[in-house]
Amino acid sequence: MRKRTIIPGVDPKLLIKDAARAMPDPMRRQFLRGAASLGALAFLTGCDIIDGETADGVLRKISSFNDGAQALLFSKTKLAPTYPERAITRPFPFNAYYDEDEAPVVDGASYKLEVSGLVDSKKPWTLDELHALPEVSQITRHVCVEGWSAIGSWQGAPLSEFLKRIGADTRAKYVWFKCAEGYTNTIDMPTALHPQTQMTFKFDNKLLPRAYGFPMKIRMPTKLGYKNPKYVVAMEVTNTDKGGYWEDQGYNWFGGS
Amino acid sequence: MTADTMTANRTGAPIHPAWVRVCHWVNAVAILVMIGSGWQIYDASPLFNFTFPRQIALGNWLAGAIQWHFAAMWVLVINGLVYLALGFYTGRFRRKLTPIHPRELVADIKAALTFKLAHDDLAHYNTVQKVLYTGVILCGVVIVLSGLAIWKPVQFQELTALFGGYDFARYVHFFAMAAIVGFLVVHIALALIVPRSLRAMVTGR
Repeated sequence: MRKRTIIPGVDPKLLIKDAARAMPDPMRRQFLRGAASLGALAFLTGCDIIDGETADGVLRKISSFNDGAQALLFSKTKLAPTYPERAITRPFPFNAYYDEDEAPVVDGASYKLEVSGLVDSKKPWTLDELHALPEVSQITRHVCVEGWSAIGSWQGAPLSEFLKRIGADTRAKYVWFKCAEGYTNTIDMPTALHPQTQMTFKFDNKLLPRAYGFPMKIRMPTKLGYKNPKYVVAMEVTNTDKGGYWEDQGYNWFGGS
Repeated sequence: MTADTMTANRTGAPIHPAWVRVCHWVNAVAILVMIGSGWQIYDASPLFNFTFPRQIALGNWLAGAIQWHFAAMWVLVINGLVYLALGFYTGRFRRKLTPIHPRELVADIKAALTFKLAHDDLAHYNTVQKVLYTGVILCGVVIVLSGLAIWKPVQFQELTALFGGYDFARYVHFFAMAAIVGFLVVHIALALIVPRSLRAMVTGR
């Protein structure tokens, strides 16, 4: 006799296990004890479930699909709205997955930005050399994936200019960043080349403080906050998506605003 | 129950054609996922002095909730567009939801509140129904547009500006959700009080 499946091709035991993982603790025990009704499982049948896939796999696949949709929606020329100085959120919030007093302390004097990958020049850059790059300024809205936002003022060099200087292959798909405390992030090349994507060295026209990412932050007003890495110590131009701290845990990779 | 009270249409055509019923139930699942996951997302940065209990939110944590929210949104919008297109094209919206006369509305509200509002003919909507169904469709449009405004405040910045900017658009999105939830409470309660209406939305008769 054919094994009875609620959704064709999906092992009901796996599906129930996955559904249970997605539920808060008190519900989980009840659910696993078989109290699950077909109605609860109906939540998982909103779309076609491919053979052998579990709910989490499907959700991740849809998130990947959304990366493509967002890439289509992304405009290389459309600028994020800018604001007057009086709109700056004061104090601008500190935000990380650790407390402010645990933020990395990077020694500016010995700091060198490591550059690698599909570039002509792999020479590391000192902070003085980076500060000497032509400066631009923006007052834009930082939008957090949590929902809140804050308006900040960032000064630095356009990443597109830096990539040109180091002879980066702009046909490559990604730019990857590594940060002092281990945070990593991969972004798409079109966003890296966007006019407002900035290697940031100052906040509000003062040297970037430790709280906001000293010695260097990558500011991208076309993406959510978690795609704007702080304390950047290395970057690589690559055709390999190396993921990122939050992306690997299930947050959307493109993260576009 | 006589044939007269079953349906006003003597040719035997269904009260709700198949496309209405399919759209209805697809929407029901999609909107419940959107609301449940939306509550979990709200909890990450609450607008007011309260959070939704995790037991009734969907997704367990912010990343999970966002995955559900941005998956179900496709179902909600594609199904919604199909429903709107067919509703206008077949003339169903015009036949079922118009006209709305203010005097009839007052009379029907009074009758509803005194439990005297009859539902003999399920194919005909009283004025309270017309107002609520039209209202929830409009809320659906507002919630989707305000959602797009807060999802893409840069790429859709003109839309975000229409909603008063990013911060205000979040409140619009929240209140559209509250209106839809309010509608659902009434809608589901009445479907249970008049089970024939629930059956009609499943079988069409």
